[in-house]
Amino acid sequence: MLKRTAKLVAATALAASLTFSLAACAKGGATSTQAATPGGTQTLSLWTHNAGNKGELAAIQSVVDEYNASQTNYKVEVQAFPQDSYNQSVVAAAAAKKLPCILDIDQPNVANWAWAGYLAPIEGMDDILSKYLPSTVAKWNGTTYAYGYYDVALTWVTTKSILKKYGARVPTVDQPWTGEEFMALLKKIKDSGDFKYAADMATGWTGEWWPYGYSPQLQAFGGDLINRSDYKTADGVLNGDKAIAWANWFASMAKDGYMPKKSSADPAADFYNGKSALLWNGSWTALPAREKFGDDVVFAPPVDFGNGGAVGGGSWTWGYSTGCASKEGALDYLKFASADKYVAKVAKDTNNIPTTDAAAAMVPGFEPGGTSDVFRQISKKYTVMRPETPGYPFIATTFTKAAQDILAGADPKTTLDQAVKDIDDNQKANNYFQ
Amino acid sequence: MSTVTSDHLGHVADTVRPESHTAGERRAWLRPTLVMILRIALCFVFGLPLIFMIVSSFKPDTQIFGDLDSWAAFLPVGSLSMDNYTGVFGRVPFATFMINSVFISISTVVLGLLVNSMAAFALSRIEFRGQKVVIGIVLATLIVPFETMALPLLWWVNTIPYFDGSQGWLDTYAVQIIPFLANAFSIYLFYQYFDSIPKELDEAATVDGAGWFRIYRSIVMPLSGPAIATVAILTFLPAWNSYLWPLMVVQSEELRPVMVGIDYFKQMGSGAGVSWGQIMAYASMITVPVLALFVAFQKAFINSVASSGVKG
Repeated sequence: MLKRTAKLVAATALAASLTFSLAACAKGGATSTQAATPGGTQTLSLWTHNAGNKGELAAIQSVVDEYNASQTNYKVEVQAFPQDSYNQSVVAAAAAKKLPCILDIDQPNVANWAWAGYLAPIEGMDDILSKYLPSTVAKWNGTTYAYGYYDVALTWVTTKSILKKYGARVPTVDQPWTGEEFMALLKKIKDSGDFKYAADMATGWTGEWWPYGYSPQLQAFGGDLINRSDYKTADGVLNGDKAIAWANWFASMAKDGYMPKKSSADPAADFYNGKSALLWNGSWTALPAREKFGDDVVFAPPVDFGNGGAVGGGSWTWGYSTGCASKEGALDYLKFASADKYVAKVAKDTNNIPTTDAAAAMVPGFEPGGTSDVFRQISKKYTVMRPETPGYPFIATTFTKAAQDILAGADPKTTLDQAVKDIDDNQKANNYFQ
Repeated sequence: MSTVTSDHLGHVADTVRPESHTAGERRAWLRPTLVMILRIALCFVFGLPLIFMIVSSFKPDTQIFGDLDSWAAFLPVGSLSMDNYTGVFGRVPFATFMINSVFISISTVVLGLLVNSMAAFALSRIEFRGQKVVIGIVLATLIVPFETMALPLLWWVNTIPYFDGSQGWLDTYAVQIIPFLANAFSIYLFYQYFDSIPKELDEAATVDGAGWFRIYRSIVMPLSGPAIATVAILTFLPAWNSYLWPLMVVQSEELRPVMVGIDYFKQMGSGAGVSWGQIMAYASMITVPVLALFVAFQKAFINSVASSGVKG
């Protein structure tokens, strides 16, 4: 028996070794970022985070195909990665000095990647980008490093029927709910016992959602993630009286039973199933929410807690790497791809907010007065960019930890003081990212 | 008196014996019942997530979350369909990922068995200066987690020349296999097992003219079936579940393994959304084959683990 096993193992080893020698030596094409072909056409690799999103990937591929067909100097090749692990793949490639030529970048990471030397400045596109929504043009130290086709906007999703039943008005972009109105509505819904929770703020989500989703309320109370006058300290803005007022409100939302301390993995599904009456989410819920509720659905602007409402800004943007062998080729592609018709195409295929007015007019629903125009209006009026500093990734994780601790019952003042100390220490340790 | 005593004792015996018998029977009955209840409870604890995964893979997303408040979450009820499975094939190149993972895992196991058993054989059988130090160093590497070595390893595989003369091993099958062939735990397992095989067998073989490789191939390895099986399983599972390393070293879709594929279903904020039903379908598709393999070889695995002294 053992002899037979040994023979089997040996035979398999041999077979595997042979296969290995043939197959394992093959190299993928994605790391050969810029190879000149004999005909003079230079290949530019392009990385995108859309491997799991066929719609957006197809839109990007069509832009690339049109570019490749338009000239013979360069050939852009698309390599798609899944979004959830895209940043790790890019950072690993940067460590190995194998960055692609053109890549898409989540807007809040642009400053950090520019500071780290991954990204090169975009030049000669100021006129074109002046027509873009400011939140889709990623800058650091006054220099543009990336631009995006679209933005998304945060919104309170509910229905007219619910608001009517509990005696609340339908808010508009110009007249959002005040904090008092909002809390009075939540109290009525909670007291009715009709819903498991009056609101769901998607507290079960992780990562960038926390600073993106909850720092707008901090800003609506009058606080902020960092003092934006010089981006050196968070003292006074993240632990001042207004920030503590936000923290107390945020904690009370869970403590008083208005929202779950930890939402399920899909709070939108819970909202559609009638477990919650209001959902804090983004414009990406527009399609399924309309499918579910039709014209009854309401996409409300952010609540004004005293300092005006706020939503996060910035989504996926396009730039090129410092390691790109053909800066001219990368800029040529980026200019070509920035045309309104491509903005419209990508925004339409992803159902996101087109960045230019001309493109918005081409996307059904986003034209002025269209069903999705509300998101463009919210984005224009309420966007507060996440701090455009290389220290943002650290600020984001520190804020996330503090907000999670506060929601779990930690003392707001102590927790925010510690967050400020950690952020300030990090900014200082990096010489304020000069 | 004696009669009275006897009667009395007999009475006592009559009254006590049945009670004692009942208590004894109860004790004999109670223990296995409690053990069985505990086993069933453990089956539920470990089995329910699997059942949830498989059952949810047939449900639409909204129903998955709608059922969470009741036992319906674990039952194939409501609107069931194969839509999620169809969606998986439309969203990821499943066959490519599966073939890649099978190839990478089997290659890692087979080549790992050779490398580690040979290393252990040398440490166990061939006496040389510094032998104990080498064993100590090999064992010391067990306490270093892979995450701490990932970046230096990335630098290394990106620096050394490849078979075709180009620089770096990134974006290849080889970079997903070769760094994981030598494994301290596998060497230690083989070393322990080889040490338990009498050295007199080697001496007898040497007298018959056998060299070290002959002894390794014809005597030690054929006697080490349990250790081979244990190492094979303990090498296969991490190779199959590999996630972080492929993210770092593989850029081409055609070289990605199955675990990276699960990220394809977590697309936020761009209209695609997170498809929990498809995640469950994909997870079922990559878990069930491994589970079936384990169940098929369960007895052999338990025997091999027991006889090779692997615990916890």
